[in-house]
Amino acid sequence: MTRTAIDAAAGGRTRPASRANRRVGRALRLLGLSLVVPAVLLAGVWWWTGQAGNFYFPPASEVARYFADLWLFDRVSGDVLPSLGRMFAGYAIAVVAGVVLGTALGLFRPLRTAADPVVQFLRALPPPALIPFALLLFGAGDWSKVFIIALGTVWPILLNTIDGVRGVEAQQLEAARSFQIPAWARLTRIVLPAATPRIFAGMRTSLSIAIILMVVSEMVASDNGIGYFVLESQRSFAIPEMWTGIVLLGVLGFVLNWLFVVMEARVLFWHRGLKGNSDA
Amino acid sequence: MASLARVSAGRGPDLGLKVAGIAVALLLVELFTRSGLLPERWFPPAGEIYAEFFRLAGGRPLWVEIGRTLLGWATGLGLGAVLAVPVGMVLGSSRTAFRLARVVIEFCRPVPPVALIPLTVLVYGTGLTTKVFLVAFAVFWPMLFQTIYGVQDVDPVATDTARAYGLGTFARFRTVVLPSATPYIATGLRISSSIALILTITEELVVGTPGLGRAIIVAQSAGGTTRMYALIIATGLLGWVLNAAFGALERRVLSWHPAQRQEVAR
Repeated sequence: MTRTAIDAAAGGRTRPASRANRRVGRALRLLGLSLVVPAVLLAGVWWWTGQAGNFYFPPASEVARYFADLWLFDRVSGDVLPSLGRMFAGYAIAVVAGVVLGTALGLFRPLRTAADPVVQFLRALPPPALIPFALLLFGAGDWSKVFIIALGTVWPILLNTIDGVRGVEAQQLEAARSFQIPAWARLTRIVLPAATPRIFAGMRTSLSIAIILMVVSEMVASDNGIGYFVLESQRSFAIPEMWTGIVLLGVLGFVLNWLFVVMEARVLFWHRGLKGNSDA
Repeated sequence: MASLARVSAGRGPDLGLKVAGIAVALLLVELFTRSGLLPERWFPPAGEIYAEFFRLAGGRPLWVEIGRTLLGWATGLGLGAVLAVPVGMVLGSSRTAFRLARVVIEFCRPVPPVALIPLTVLVYGTGLTTKVFLVAFAVFWPMLFQTIYGVQDVDPVATDTARAYGLGTFARFRTVVLPSATPYIATGLRISSSIALILTITEELVVGTPGLGRAIIVAQSAGGTTRMYALIIATGLLGWVLNAAFGALERRVLSWHPAQRQEVAR
C-alpha cells in the first residue's frame, strides 16, 4: 500500500510485472555477488593443492576421492553414528537439566543467590579439564563422553533459562494470579513460553560446544568416533584420510547449526520480529 | 553470565546465602567421598584435595604451569582479536564486502576448532605456535561477529549528524563508529576469553604442550589423583578469575552506554 503510493508519487513504474522482474534481477545479482568469493577460493585451493605437491596439503581431488570412499557410507555406522549418538545424549541431558534447574533458580531468588558462586565456578572450569575425572568415574566407554558433553553444555542453557524466566513480565504473572490460575499452569503457559527465546539462544551456543566436546572426548580416550579417526589418521601419517575427517567435521558443524536454525524458526515463529536476533 | 552475579552483588544477606551455598556444595562433596559412594581409590577425601591444592599454590611449579597456560591463552586471544576486529569493521561498514564474504564466513564459522588439532600439529609441531593458532582460530569468529554487529548497530542519525557537520570519513569512524562498537567488542572479548581458555586446556590435554592441561593428564597417569583434583580446582579458579576480570572490563566499557547492552550467552 505505502510502497505503491511511494512508487506512484515518484512517478516510477507501478506495473507489478516489471517490478517482479527487477526484484528477480536484484536477487540474482546478490546471489552472484555472494557466490563469487567462495567459487574463487575453492578453485584456488583446488589448483594450489593440485600443483604444490605438499605432503600436508594433498590435492583436493584426492581428498574428495578418499572422502567418497570412506564416508559414503563405509564408516558411517562405525564412527559417525557413535559420535552423534553420544553428542545428542549429552546434549539432551544438558537441555533437560538446564531448563529444569534454570527455571527453579530463576523463580526463587534465595536459591539463585546461594547457587551463584558454585555455578560461576563450574561454568568457568573448562570442560576438557574434567575428562580425566570422567574417565575415572565412568571408564573409557560412552558414558564418560556423554558426561563431559552434558557437563560442558549445560551452563549456557542454565544461565539463559534463568535470564529468560526472570525476564517474564510481572504484569502478566500478576494478571494470571488475580484470575487464580494455578501455579503449574502459570509456569507452563506463561513463564516457560516467555523464556523460550532465551532458552533457544543458550541451546544454540551449547550446540557448538557439544560438537567441540564430542571431538575432544574422542581424541583423549576412545576406540571409535570421528575425533578418534582424525587423530589416528594424523598419527599414522594418513594425510588424505585426516583431511576427510576434518572436512566431515566441518560439514557436520554446518549442517547441525543449519538444522538448529530451521527448528528454532519453526518453534519461535511467533517471536520473529518482536525482538532483535540475539545470536553471537 | 554477568547478570547472575550483578543482580545479587553487594547486599548483606546475600553474602550469607552465598557462603551457605558454597558450604553446602563442599559438604556434599565431602559426604560423597567419605560415605564411599565414590570409590576411595579414585576419589580421595575432599580435605586431602584442598590440602594438596594449598600446598601446590604455595610452591613454584603450579605458577609456572599457570603462566604457560596464560601465555598461550593471551597470545591466541590477542592475535585472534587483532585479526578479527579490523576485518569486522570493514565487513560491518560495507554492505558489498559483507555480501562477498558471507558464504565463506558461514561455512568456516561452524567448523569445530578442535578438528584442526591434527593438522596444526603436523604443520606447527607440538609447541606454543600450535596452541596460539588454535586459540586464535577459535576466537576469531565470535570477535568478528561481535564487531560486525557493533558497526552495523551504529545509530544512523549519529552518522548523518556527523556527516552534516562535515566530519571526514576517518573522523566519523573515530568519533561515531568506534565508540558505539566498543561495547560489542568488549562483550566479544568476554565470550572469547572463556573459549580461548577451553581451547588452551584442550590443546595441552590432547597435544601435550606444557601447561595446566598437560599437568592434569600427567598427574592422572602417574596415579596422583589428589594432585589431579587439586589441579582441576586451580584450572576452575583460573577460569573464574578471567571471567570476573572480563566481566568487570565489560561493565566499565559499558557503563556510559547501557542501552547498547546486548546479552549474549557466554
